[in-house]
Amino acid sequence: MQDEPLLEVRDLHVWFGLRRWGFGHAGVVRAVDGVSFTLRPGEAAAVVGESGSGKSTLAKAILGLNRPAKGQVIFEGKPLDSLKPREMRWYRSQLGYVQQDPYGALPPFMSVRRILGEPLVINKVGSKPEREQRIREALEEVKLTPVEDFLPKFPHMLSGGQQQRVVIARSTIMQPRLLVADEPVSMLDASVRVEILELLQKQQEAHNLLLIYITHDLSTARHFVQRILVMYAAKIVEQASVEQLLDNPLHPYTRALIAAIPEPDPENAATFKDVPPGEPPSLLHPPTGCRFHPRCPAFMKGICDVKEPPDFEPQVGHLVACWLYERGQVES
Amino acid sequence: MMTALWELRRYPSALVGLALILTLTGVAIYGVIAIPYNEALRLWRGGGDIWIEHPRNAQPEWVNLFPGNNLPKTIILSSREGGTKRVQVESGELKSVQISLGFDYRYDDFPSELNLFFDPKFKERPPHVSLFWLTPDGRRLTLGDRSVGPSERYAVSLDQRLARRLDGNPPEVGLFADPAAPTLQPLKGEYTLLAEGLLFEKGADLDVRLVVYGQVHGLAGTDHLRRDITVALLWGTAVALAFGLLAAVGSSICTLIIAAIGVWYGGWADASIQRVTELNMILPALPILILVGTLYSRSIWVILGIVILLGIFSASIKVYRAIFLQVRESPYIEASRAYGAGNLRIILLYMVPRVIPVLVPGFVTLIPAFVFLEASLAILGLGDPVLPTWGKVLNDAQQNGALYKGYYYWVLGPAVLLMITGLGFAMIGLSMDRIFNPRLREL
Amino acid sequence: MKENSLLYAQDLRLYFRTTRGAVQAVDRVSFTMDRRQALAVLGESGCGKSSLARAILRLLPRNVHTYSGELFLNNQDLMSMGEESFRQEVRWSGISLVAQAAMNSLNPVVRVGEQVAEPLEINQHLNRREARDRVRELLQMVGVPEDFLNRYPFELSGGMRQRVVIAMALVADPYLVILDEPTSALDVLTQANIMNVLKRIKEEKSTSFLLITHDIATSSELADQVAVMYAGQLVEVSDAASFFYQPLHPYSRKLMASVPRLRGGEKPEFIPGQPPSLINPPGGCRFANRCPFRFDRCQEDPPLVKVEQERWVKCWLYSADEES
Repeated sequence: MQDEPLLEVRDLHVWFGLRRWGFGHAGVVRAVDGVSFTLRPGEAAAVVGESGSGKSTLAKAILGLNRPAKGQVIFEGKPLDSLKPREMRWYRSQLGYVQQDPYGALPPFMSVRRILGEPLVINKVGSKPEREQRIREALEEVKLTPVEDFLPKFPHMLSGGQQQRVVIARSTIMQPRLLVADEPVSMLDASVRVEILELLQKQQEAHNLLLIYITHDLSTARHFVQRILVMYAAKIVEQASVEQLLDNPLHPYTRALIAAIPEPDPENAATFKDVPPGEPPSLLHPPTGCRFHPRCPAFMKGICDVKEPPDFEPQVGHLVACWLYERGQVES
Repeated sequence: MMTALWELRRYPSALVGLALILTLTGVAIYGVIAIPYNEALRLWRGGGDIWIEHPRNAQPEWVNLFPGNNLPKTIILSSREGGTKRVQVESGELKSVQISLGFDYRYDDFPSELNLFFDPKFKERPPHVSLFWLTPDGRRLTLGDRSVGPSERYAVSLDQRLARRLDGNPPEVGLFADPAAPTLQPLKGEYTLLAEGLLFEKGADLDVRLVVYGQVHGLAGTDHLRRDITVALLWGTAVALAFGLLAAVGSSICTLIIAAIGVWYGGWADASIQRVTELNMILPALPILILVGTLYSRSIWVILGIVILLGIFSASIKVYRAIFLQVRESPYIEASRAYGAGNLRIILLYMVPRVIPVLVPGFVTLIPAFVFLEASLAILGLGDPVLPTWGKVLNDAQQNGALYKGYYYWVLGPAVLLMITGLGFAMIGLSMDRIFNPRLREL
Repeated sequence: MKENSLLYAQDLRLYFRTTRGAVQAVDRVSFTMDRRQALAVLGESGCGKSSLARAILRLLPRNVHTYSGELFLNNQDLMSMGEESFRQEVRWSGISLVAQAAMNSLNPVVRVGEQVAEPLEINQHLNRREARDRVRELLQMVGVPEDFLNRYPFELSGGMRQRVVIAMALVADPYLVILDEPTSALDVLTQANIMNVLKRIKEEKSTSFLLITHDIATSSELADQVAVMYAGQLVEVSDAASFFYQPLHPYSRKLMASVPRLRGGEKPEFIPGQPPSLINPPGGCRFANRCPFRFDRCQEDPPLVKVEQERWVKCWLYSADEES
């Protein structure tokens, strides 16, 4: 862990203007609103949040697909917004992207061979036989064997799991150093999910990738990453190692989340879950102060609804944005 | 895509449509091979005596298949072949030549015209000929004497004096009429034309050709200029298919690419494409084409270009735009951006191919629309000046009052072909629509 | 078994016609549901669990190939009923459905309250005020605030819309509500909320639920009984407590092992291979090619046999010793 950080996100804001015909701007959706974190090469981190929490927007900002309104994404010490087009192309070759819907992520009119060849052709890698070699290796790595059978296939001929493996093969064929996986298994069947996640983990370990696993599912994150960042309403409310976070969740939202996640247990049927009332706020008009305060069981009037909590670090490496930890105490 | 096309075999209507289109294509290919381009132009321009042996406004031969019809075909007899020719030396330079052109006439109606063509060889003194008409019942009618100049022609049908001798009937009727019959009807049997000539020079010679024009000719009949309409139908098929296909391909692909560009870049590019489209949708296309045709050029290639240009900014650009707006948001486009694909690559290799399956059925039905447009222009007199096309046949028919005079076949050929084209492509297009839009399949 | 049960299905089949042959989406499915019970039908996508819901409600598409078997609701033979009487007497008033993603199919231009009230006014001939009162009561039960009655669906969050849809299913007081993936598109907290709502309804209104889901963990929140579906067939039917404690069928065990646990537990495993095509599925046990315990006998089709009180398994591992 002595490595230099590979990726640094510094006070990142991504806003979307809502356009309304004839009425000018109808407002700004603050999809990511002041997010900071640092990740090292070879690390596997999960960004956990509900839909609409801004986690996918964060992923796209890291991938350079969104333009931040404020703040920076810094890769290897180079801020993305300062990259020239040529350097941007280099940056894109340094990252892989795995999307949620494997079928949608593959052009339906291209064969597997062409799909995998596209990044190589675009980045002018190797000669034709060299590219073919790379494509075959990539397919072998994701265990789509015999390779011959899969090369000429079109996406619709593959099962969901196989499609997602093609996506993974494509995302790693440029041998990137950063892999962003946005809900890579949420559209797959339970029995296949683990397979895909194991594959991602294997790729991450084999190539010493920085893996950012975006998910709503804390339980899978637990098994496949070392660090978890919890996102709520466009902000990161807590970040810690998996053990710290699960054994000792600090933020009231994280606690509620953990409590709400069911396990296959017949006891469940007999008990009611303790769920915080209400729903996540609108990102058009987020609440003042801490964004969780209207739902928070530990709400402190005059503090939580007034000032936004900064990140506190009550334990080493365990950051939490909550006024409860202003003085650094740790409840357990 | 290929599997989708293979699916077509499950739809009988598609198979019928395909059969129709293949037949048309076969006809077009046959036409172009059998009658090369220059030959087609020469034939259609007419001129000279290319069509002189064809009857005027003859019906197609197949009308004889209908019961009760036994209309005459054209009979051509020549002293060079078929007829008999005897040359006798009378004295010195003087020779007599006796040509007998006999034929068996077994039709129920009269020929439409009679012409005699002379082909004499002489230096100074043209041969002299006496003509006689022998009927099956043994009558011998004198058709007159004449001195035969170079490429002399005796238009028997136009001989007013002869007509007066034949009870006022036109010669082609009077010569064949049965005098015993109460009404005018042809006498069947052996007719002979006798030409007794005198040659006055050494080396002089005389040949005679008799053309008894029928009332039927070929597959499609002939027009007012004796041209065989089949030529125009064959070549018209090729021109129509080529025009329809090129216009459809050209406008569809351009529309697709322009729609994709508008959607991808958005902003003013999109807005200006939209405005141009709206403007173009308001402006009527036909008058523009008529203006171009009258003021600039009626060449089919110029018209094709204008049609494509007008077709690009058509309502379909709005349809494609709606689809592209969805495609633009697809994850795979996002992925391609993430691995560094450039704008042009995304538009041409990622967006456009996605929409082609949607386009194909519409594209197939677009072809006949352009075929009809070309035909309409030709009917309005704006057809290509040199090429024989369906539309021009219709135009000729209309100009010469074909329907008023009962020349239905003149309109029938091109009209049927136009309908077959429309039907064939529509049948394929509708079946394709079912395949490419599976939601329609169960309905 | 058939008497006094709420729903009794025997050898239920629903095959679809396709160009490549008949899809055996529901193949010889038999089960019994008691009153005030929740049965969870567990299975992966394409196993036929949604088709089972369609078969029970006779919501058949046009391309039906085979639709047969016995189906009794409160001892009333559903299969022999005419379409019209089925529609009037069973659908919605006897069995209602919360279809998959139903929350996205609310009519966008009709206020929520009116949408819920509509069946009351049309089928039960209540007047406007009675219907309104009933709707208010229902929406309160599912946790929709009263002032939402006059809102349009797009003004509601996904969780709220899902509650509205559940209220709509309850409006005619059916014996049985079929829930097809009721929470799969929702967030964890909302999901927990909805499950709480369903539990409360089950307690207070003694409604029975048929919960169709791929999510084993969530199903444990509601289920009294579990049926595991694989490749169009039920491979295990069991009471929930024993099932979650120890599933029996090899597929059930594998499925359970694939669930990632938040607390304790092993690292999850995956099931290698893929389920067979439902067009001409292989003879014998359909799970055999992925099963670690496969043996010769698996080439024959195993029956669904009772192995314990309230537990049935379709596997030769359990029926073999019975015969010997």
